[in-house]
Amino acid sequence: MENYVVETENLVKTYKLPGEEVKALRGINFSIKEGDFVSIMGPSGSGKTTLMNLLGCLDSPTSGELSILGKNVIDLKEKDISDLRRKNIGFIFQDFYLIPSISALENVEMAMYFARKGVNRKYAISILERVGLGHRLKHLPNKLSGGELQRVAIARALAISPKLLLADEPTGNLDTKNAQDIFNLLKQVNEEHGITILMVTHNTKLGNQCKRVVYMVDGKIQDGDNLS
Amino acid sequence: MKLAILAYKNLNRKKIRTILTIFGVAIAVSVMVILSGFSIGYKKALNNDIDKMGYQVLITAKGCPYEAATLMLKGGGGLVYMSQDIYGKVAYDPRVDKIAPQLMYTVYDDQLQNGKGGFIIYVGVDNSYIDLKPWYKFQVGNWFSDDNADEVIMGYESAELEQRTVGDKIFIPKFNKVLTVVGVFERTGTQDDGLIFIPLKSAQRIFNLSGKLSSIGVKLKDIKNLPDFEKDLYDEASIQVVSMSQVKNTVISLVSTTRTLISSIALVAIFIAVIGVVDTILMSVFERTQEIGVMKAIGATKFDVFRLVWMETIIICLIGGIAGIIIALLGGNMVEYFIRKVLPYAPNGKLMVFNLQLLMLSLFGAIALGLISGVYPAFRASVMKPIKAMRGGE
Repeated sequence: MENYVVETENLVKTYKLPGEEVKALRGINFSIKEGDFVSIMGPSGSGKTTLMNLLGCLDSPTSGELSILGKNVIDLKEKDISDLRRKNIGFIFQDFYLIPSISALENVEMAMYFARKGVNRKYAISILERVGLGHRLKHLPNKLSGGELQRVAIARALAISPKLLLADEPTGNLDTKNAQDIFNLLKQVNEEHGITILMVTHNTKLGNQCKRVVYMVDGKIQDGDNLS
Repeated sequence: MKLAILAYKNLNRKKIRTILTIFGVAIAVSVMVILSGFSIGYKKALNNDIDKMGYQVLITAKGCPYEAATLMLKGGGGLVYMSQDIYGKVAYDPRVDKIAPQLMYTVYDDQLQNGKGGFIIYVGVDNSYIDLKPWYKFQVGNWFSDDNADEVIMGYESAELEQRTVGDKIFIPKFNKVLTVVGVFERTGTQDDGLIFIPLKSAQRIFNLSGKLSSIGVKLKDIKNLPDFEKDLYDEASIQVVSMSQVKNTVISLVSTTRTLISSIALVAIFIAVIGVVDTILMSVFERTQEIGVMKAIGATKFDVFRLVWMETIIICLIGGIAGIIIALLGGNMVEYFIRKVLPYAPNGKLMVFNLQLLMLSLFGAIALGLISGVYPAFRASVMKPIKAMRGGE
């Protein structure tokens, strides 16, 4: 029997703006198997990031069903949702979003602290070494290149040993070579550690290298790739 | 600990802004410390001055009570005199332990201060004076040879100022009288150091004030009898009784205006410091909206964010508090110098007393300032929704 990390059923998200209602997601039926590496591609405004936010429990759906790691998110209290996110979901953002006042190593340790998983310096160093930053441990974010910043962000996400890694355009701010390097790193994480990855990207070359590709247009999944 | 380090490093990001805010807190704390130190020190010095007088009650001729207070503490001119008969009435009162009649007289000497001129205060006393103040010791010389001798004993400062010692002569120009110095007191730390003492009878004779006294110092056997003692003397038409507690209150009321003014300034300084801290931290929270959003996305709880921002405020106020205490300790002497110049009466001894209790209290006060000022910014940060904050739109 296959385990699903993510399952959605007729997932709808509507934003109410003054004088209008924007339907960002119009009924998403979608699932991700454990250990999968899925890319979501599609034009701007198609609902990719909205879907990502719902799957990351950062936002709540207007209607529909959403299950993360077998737990029905709709039924959970806010505190339980936060716990679920904190302990199981790692995030990687296009703009890296590292804490600028502390070093690469401290950024990784902070993530461990917030996830209540215990700060383990040796483990934090080993993760940074794994992403190729063993020589940049004490560097502040403003002393690191774009590629290095994203590697720290990946290390930070891995620090909590997540079951699901959500990457929102992780290569969007990187040059071609760095973008491929970061993608290769994510692929390695997926293959070696079995971490399920969902990556939103505009980069078709990278997106097509994932195990599975999903297209979104106008708040719907286009390719009919339903429960897989 | 992780949060505290992060809070400290966050403050380091905008060094100048942080330093200015800390400076604001430091100023407020130093004003508070100096004000409280002055309050403690002034009372202590005043009590000390009054205790050193050796008597609890002063009987003077009827007049202004403020003048009487000044007279007791400072000495001064324009004195009114009472009849010595009063002394006879009071001296045998069974409640009286010790009693010392005094005749104070001020003489202008145009040769003083290298020809600039100045006042010399002579005090006629008898043996009872030294009974009231048994701790007085002679630097050189001895007590008067006779209770009507043409001799003087000089206070420490007056002897030093005029460079006189035992055997030297003192000339009183207005009365064309020459007196011999027979003794110089050691420093007492009171206004007596600036006086020149003459035997009471000699003073009455030389200054043509026979049968007159300017004041009578009285020490009661039991201080509890003071109200009755005062009441009994109340009917005497020509005199007034001034107790030390009254003098203390009078002097304190004279400086209370100054203290109220400084207190108001201190309150304004604290208010400005609180506003400054709230403003700085709130600004820094808004600048870090996205960062806070991400922190919450990767697991930080409301309480984590609240504590982080609160710690930043407390760090500012703690450092500001320590700096304020250091400023107060270093600047206290300078402030004392200025306060002495503006106060109507400044007692001897240190006017600024900074004890450990005061310093600890000030430090806790500064931390309390941080706790209070940090609540709103910390609350604002903690309730940010991660998704909105990450968009920078909270």
